[in-house]
Amino acid sequence: MSAALDILSAVAISAGAFFFLAGTAGLLRFPDSLTRLHALTKADNLGLGLVVLGLLPHAAGPLAALKLIGVWLLAQLAGASVAQLVASAVKARGPET
Amino acid sequence: MTPDLAIDIGLAVLVLGVAAWTTVVRESFAAVVGFVTYGLLLALAWVRLHAVDVALTEAAIGGGVTGALLLAAAARLGPAEDRTPGDRPGAAPRLLAAVLCALVSAGLGAIVLLPPDPAPTLAPAAVASLPKTGLGNPVTAVLLAYRAWDTFLEKAVLVLALLGVWSLAPDALWGGRPGPAYRAQRDGALALLARVLPPAGIVMGVYMLWTGADEPGGAFPAGTILAAMWILVMRAGLADAPAVGRRSLRVALVAGAVVFLAVGLSGLATAGAFLAYPVRFAKPLIVLIEAPLTFSIAVTLGLLAAGPPERGLPR
Repeated sequence: MSAALDILSAVAISAGAFFFLAGTAGLLRFPDSLTRLHALTKADNLGLGLVVLGLLPHAAGPLAALKLIGVWLLAQLAGASVAQLVASAVKARGPET
Repeated sequence: MTPDLAIDIGLAVLVLGVAAWTTVVRESFAAVVGFVTYGLLLALAWVRLHAVDVALTEAAIGGGVTGALLLAAAARLGPAEDRTPGDRPGAAPRLLAAVLCALVSAGLGAIVLLPPDPAPTLAPAAVASLPKTGLGNPVTAVLLAYRAWDTFLEKAVLVLALLGVWSLAPDALWGGRPGPAYRAQRDGALALLARVLPPAGIVMGVYMLWTGADEPGGAFPAGTILAAMWILVMRAGLADAPAVGRRSLRVALVAGAVVFLAVGLSGLATAGAFLAYPVRFAKPLIVLIEAPLTFSIAVTLGLLAAGPPERGLPR
């Protein structure tokens, strides 16, 4: 059982790290602000979610696990709101040259 | 190389890299973004040094509130900065500043790298007297018992800083509402965030104050989180900033310092010294000081971010 959980953790955290890597590559390589935002929010939401999922079996108890989930939810809320704000600022400024 | 060492080296390289970038970048906005990133990386470095109290304060104040203040300043400077590109300090003052900063850095580096053996430390003494304070967190004991005077002065400096900001107001607007009026976009993302986040943030701030007695936390990070929630609500336009002439606002600003001073003076009678606590009541007194202190810190930081009065008195 614990071996299965360890494998789940390793897979989930590696997948999360991959999303962060891909998100960072997108942030550096994508051509305009909106697509860069898209890359960034994927890393925030899915990447962090997968890392939290991988850490859950190793949390010290139910309360610590809830805290981890709370961190993920707060990061999602902040990330999504800021992405909206940046996007509307980009829209207000008009198309990039 | 162990994984821990690799993380530490990576972190140190990142901190230095971001610091260098923040210094050389031309645009104010980019420099502020670099500064905030630098604050967050520094907080991680403090966590690696097991100084979680310092990390919390660095993240909240260094990365958070200072970043918001600098961002507001950069936004205000924006057009003026573009108009006067030649208005930079000359080569000589910049060289002097660089040399002096390098000297300070070298001095600090020498102190850290070449400590006497054994390095001087007050940590055992700080922990030894902990039972007398009734606290479990030695950092809080240092801030509010051993070195309470320093903390009191820090609080006073914060209010002085706010007076400095307010003094930028033109005479006619003195006592008016700070900053521009933000119009709320009821269905906007910012308004949603300003409605959803504060309940969680307020609980987090109060928890941080309460847990500061025994675990990392305390008045400054707690006050900063509460201030951040207030700033968010003001920026989203959900609540207007209060007129700075209001009596209740002035009371809120000085409440922390006044209670601190009152408890400190009562120490003369009950424990024989200014800012001394009678041993049996040390912890309740410290909590009594910290609660209004947190509130005043939150109000002060919120108003610092709101800026000088820019609109007339409410009629």
